[in-house]
Amino acid sequence: MKFTWFNLMPWPHLPADFRKKHRSVWVDIDAKLYDPVKGHDVYNQYLDMLEYADAMGYDGIGVNEHHQNAYGLMPSPNIMAAAISRRALNAAVVVLGNSLSLYNPPIRVAEEFAMLDVITGGRLVAGFPVGTSMDTNFCYGDIPALTRERYQEAHDLIRKAWRETEPFAWNGRYTKLRHVNTWPKPIQNPPPIHIPGGGSVETYDFCLDNVYSYSYLSFSGYIRAKALLQGYWDRLAERNEPDASPYRAGFAQTICVAETDAQAEELYSEHVNYFFNRCLHIAPGFADAPGYRTIKTIKSGALSQFSPNFEEAAHMSWKDLVEGGFIIAGSPDTVRERMEDLIKGLRVGNIFCLMHVGDMPLEKTKYSTRLFAEKVMPRLRNMWPEYDNDTRFWCQPLAKRATPGPVSDYNAAIGGNR
Amino acid sequence: MTALCLNKIKTHHAVVDVLSGGNGPDLFFLHGAGGVTAEDPFLTALAQKYRVHAPLVPGYGASDECESIRTMLDFTLHSYDVMDALGLRKPIVVGHSMGGMMAAEMAAIAPHDIDRLCLLCPAGLWLDEYPMPDIFSMVPYELPAVLFHDVEAGAAMMTAGADFSDLTFLQNFLVQNARQLGMAGKILFPIADRGLSERLYRIRAKTLLVWGASDRLTPLPYGEAFKKGIAGCELIVIEKAGHMLPLEQTDAVIRAIDRLG
Repeated sequence: MKFTWFNLMPWPHLPADFRKKHRSVWVDIDAKLYDPVKGHDVYNQYLDMLEYADAMGYDGIGVNEHHQNAYGLMPSPNIMAAAISRRALNAAVVVLGNSLSLYNPPIRVAEEFAMLDVITGGRLVAGFPVGTSMDTNFCYGDIPALTRERYQEAHDLIRKAWRETEPFAWNGRYTKLRHVNTWPKPIQNPPPIHIPGGGSVETYDFCLDNVYSYSYLSFSGYIRAKALLQGYWDRLAERNEPDASPYRAGFAQTICVAETDAQAEELYSEHVNYFFNRCLHIAPGFADAPGYRTIKTIKSGALSQFSPNFEEAAHMSWKDLVEGGFIIAGSPDTVRERMEDLIKGLRVGNIFCLMHVGDMPLEKTKYSTRLFAEKVMPRLRNMWPEYDNDTRFWCQPLAKRATPGPVSDYNAAIGGNR
Repeated sequence: MTALCLNKIKTHHAVVDVLSGGNGPDLFFLHGAGGVTAEDPFLTALAQKYRVHAPLVPGYGASDECESIRTMLDFTLHSYDVMDALGLRKPIVVGHSMGGMMAAEMAAIAPHDIDRLCLLCPAGLWLDEYPMPDIFSMVPYELPAVLFHDVEAGAAMMTAGADFSDLTFLQNFLVQNARQLGMAGKILFPIADRGLSERLYRIRAKTLLVWGASDRLTPLPYGEAFKKGIAGCELIVIEKAGHMLPLEQTDAVIRAIDRLG
């Protein structure tokens, strides 16, 4: 099993009446709600959390990309990944990911991912999302019906830029470059690639064609994810793929651990409520720009089947959220049991652990993070022993990696000869 | 009443549905982003005086979705391809909203091929002082307020026969919406400006601009901006009409078109 500690980085200062007074947490979120001075502490605490997770032995620490979004403060995940890469020295740096069609020209992704992979000594796990419609279309103005074609071209260009050892010309529809010669190249060429998907057959096939891991980054929990991931495994079987390694799939789950079930509710309930009530308040018109989904996907009924009802979750009790699987919460034993259900039920080898939730403060986050690392994770390690040798979907770092030097002060800088 | 009939023609890019009917001078009509049907009261009324040819943009009705039509130039040339396939020579060209944008582009790109042009509150320009509402981020019930002068009557018109609690209806609606507005988005999203303002000077056709006085999607200053860009054109403002003026003031719009002779 691979456990990635993942933080969406929500803005923790949304007012209690946010849902009532504001239209949307995303796209046209009220700019006055952001305060850069508070933001300074928020970013630094969130980076502390990621570094703490590295120290606690998580396999990966994860960041992602959202724009104009008060529950995701990372327009540039690569900046966050760079910020942690010299202080978190063991975990994979999981960037899930760069929305390819938004980088112009897309070789920027090839360059920045290569830089991250080289700085971290081959610890990059790369994500290639299409990006949500909110981010891609409404915030970044990409034309919905052309987003996927642009994405595909960007993907092909990035892979070629990593692969080729001679300069080449790229005459694409969306990108024209006379001299493509990406410097530096990644250590892992290519790095393991994960694709966040939302249930379309095209994305299942894209992952299977390219040997990419399919990730379902849902906030509605593992019970509701069953049909979607089953669709992926069915497709894999239909195509007669050589193996059904669980590392071909990943899932994001909100997890809260305490000493007892009751303590979990007492400690985390308000923060979970903050997330579901305030952070997921999205104006319905921004959910899907027409043309963003393929006709095939709409016709498959995937949307009505898979699209979660966050309106409902916004007002759910702790008990309902736990029972509905939106969150896995409780004592280490409770959490382990539910995690086993998740891992076996969805057949996943990669878990993106959403351990920081809503406006959870640093100390509580550390508490839950540590309990999971010490009392849950070790007991879930061997869920898929027959696939232990599947290295395709995780990073392969250099055995001998550079150690960052100590933080310099004046005395050290002048060699102590003051 | 003259009924419009549906024919299929084939162009380089796609098989296209064309509504046609009526007797009189040839009139080539390009519909707006909401599409048009054989029952459309405006087209039916036009067909009393004109030989109407109203092609459906690819993705609308049963017209093929067309991946190879991506840019404004593709849409413009495709419209000429349709006109050629119909064997039309210098018809009166009328376009509403998105269709007006296409009609204006056609007249700007090949100014010697169109000599009578009527633009009904065309899209295609952007004025910072009057930002157009973003129809792509609206849910259906929000649309009547920006499209109609009489919002209540407009809402009734838009939802006639709709039953969103029926899952099959809902799925068909979503598919239709994705096909139509997906294609429309190629020239209208996120801002309906593909450089037309820099080409308007080329239009030589006798041009009429017809605008609803209470258009809230492309308010009247857009009409004035078009008027400024097209030499010698005339701007007719119709009272008690919003962006859907062909439906709200059908007779007045047809009387305006008649002035093209």
